[in-house]
Amino acid sequence: MAFHEIHITVNGGREQVVVPSNMTLLRMLRESLSLTGTKNGCSAGECGACTVLMNGEPVNSCMVLAVECDGAKIITVEGLADDQRLDPIQAAMIQEGGVQCGFCTPGVLMSSRALLDRNPNPGEEEIHQALVGNLCRCTGYVRIFESVKKAAKMQRVTS
Amino acid sequence: MSINTHPSLPEFEYYRPETLVEASEFLARHPAEARPFLGGTDVFVRMRDGLLTPQFLVDVKNLDGMNDLRFDPQAGLTIGAAVNMNRVIASPEVQLHYPLLAEVCQSVASYQLRTRATIVGNICNASPAGDTIGACLVFDGILHIHGANGLRQESLAAFFLGPGKTTLQPGDIVTAIHFPLPPRGCQGAYLKLGRNKLSDLCIVGVTVLGYPDSRLPSGYRFHLALASVAPVPLLVADVETSLADQAITPEALHAAGRLAAEACAPIDDVRGSARYRKEMVKNLSTKALVEVWERLR
Repeated sequence: MAFHEIHITVNGGREQVVVPSNMTLLRMLRESLSLTGTKNGCSAGECGACTVLMNGEPVNSCMVLAVECDGAKIITVEGLADDQRLDPIQAAMIQEGGVQCGFCTPGVLMSSRALLDRNPNPGEEEIHQALVGNLCRCTGYVRIFESVKKAAKMQRVTS
Repeated sequence: MSINTHPSLPEFEYYRPETLVEASEFLARHPAEARPFLGGTDVFVRMRDGLLTPQFLVDVKNLDGMNDLRFDPQAGLTIGAAVNMNRVIASPEVQLHYPLLAEVCQSVASYQLRTRATIVGNICNASPAGDTIGACLVFDGILHIHGANGLRQESLAAFFLGPGKTTLQPGDIVTAIHFPLPPRGCQGAYLKLGRNKLSDLCIVGVTVLGYPDSRLPSGYRFHLALASVAPVPLLVADVETSLADQAITPEALHAAGRLAAEACAPIDDVRGSARYRKEMVKNLSTKALVEVWERLR
């Protein structure tokens, strides 16, 4: 199987990685770049635990080939906090108790971040729609939805 | 959901051709071993499940014109094969002229899946359950296909041969789907029965498009397409004929719903039984027709 050299920007840093054809973006992040915040759940594009931002849009990283990301900008959960300051969605998740076991959390954070980027003031239905692809078996979702609303409020205050 | 503790895909070679000609030639040279792909949302799942074992995956989404979404007030709408569903949903032209297309895309899976999923991919998969196919049928979609002999166009209505089977030949790549201008005053509806309210595959899907047509005795034309209840996505001609010839009344709409149920040929599967599906086709078809009729009159 052939290997491909790709150039990719991950959390603002430039990386040069050699990847086999069948390596997913998820495996490249976890195994080649040791960014293990992004989780593998279903490997079928259904659970959303592996969600990252690719050129600003959320994708299931288990469903993207690493070789397809040549030239792309990727943001993972490790890239959310700015220096020591948490992203509003991270701060809100802590305050609202939106985390229990934590396995879905990186994906939920990335989907929520993308939602708030395209819609700084989402309504209840828009929040549900944006998080349909992020399964959580602990929280029952209510506190996650509250966290997104709180993050939207925090962003409005600080901007 | 398939549970797979091994996130790896089986081995294959990734190939990204520079031109359509190169892509078609490669695919024609390797009819059994190579497969074109766009977002991969279906092909990767089936490869992990061992249902597909291509030796080459040919990435066609960066080829000429594949990422164009264009509306022309005379010619209609052209959606490039690689335009993802979120882009279709967000397009002001789609929202204004073909809101039904935005609605059916919105019913597919999740936001992050739709960053990768495409309408043309949904069509080429030829799953009878494809959510977006019914809307493409009722808007008279035409496929632009690049093959070994250059470009050609094919009507979507004649494209499907069976589950996963289409008229595509080795070397063929669908580059876009084109829709003529929508009929004046048209109204559409997509009713999807899934196991949950959002994001599931459909057990039954009913797409209806209705519009005034003064040439018909009833004054209205209705197109009705069914998903997940036959080997192929189904346009039900009997519904169109019956509602063209008589005055549109609640009884006529109910009778048309029964015709839709008679026209389908569902199977028992993990998502629902054939008997249940037939009953739901009747109910949802009637409901969709009534909904569209109430907005039309």
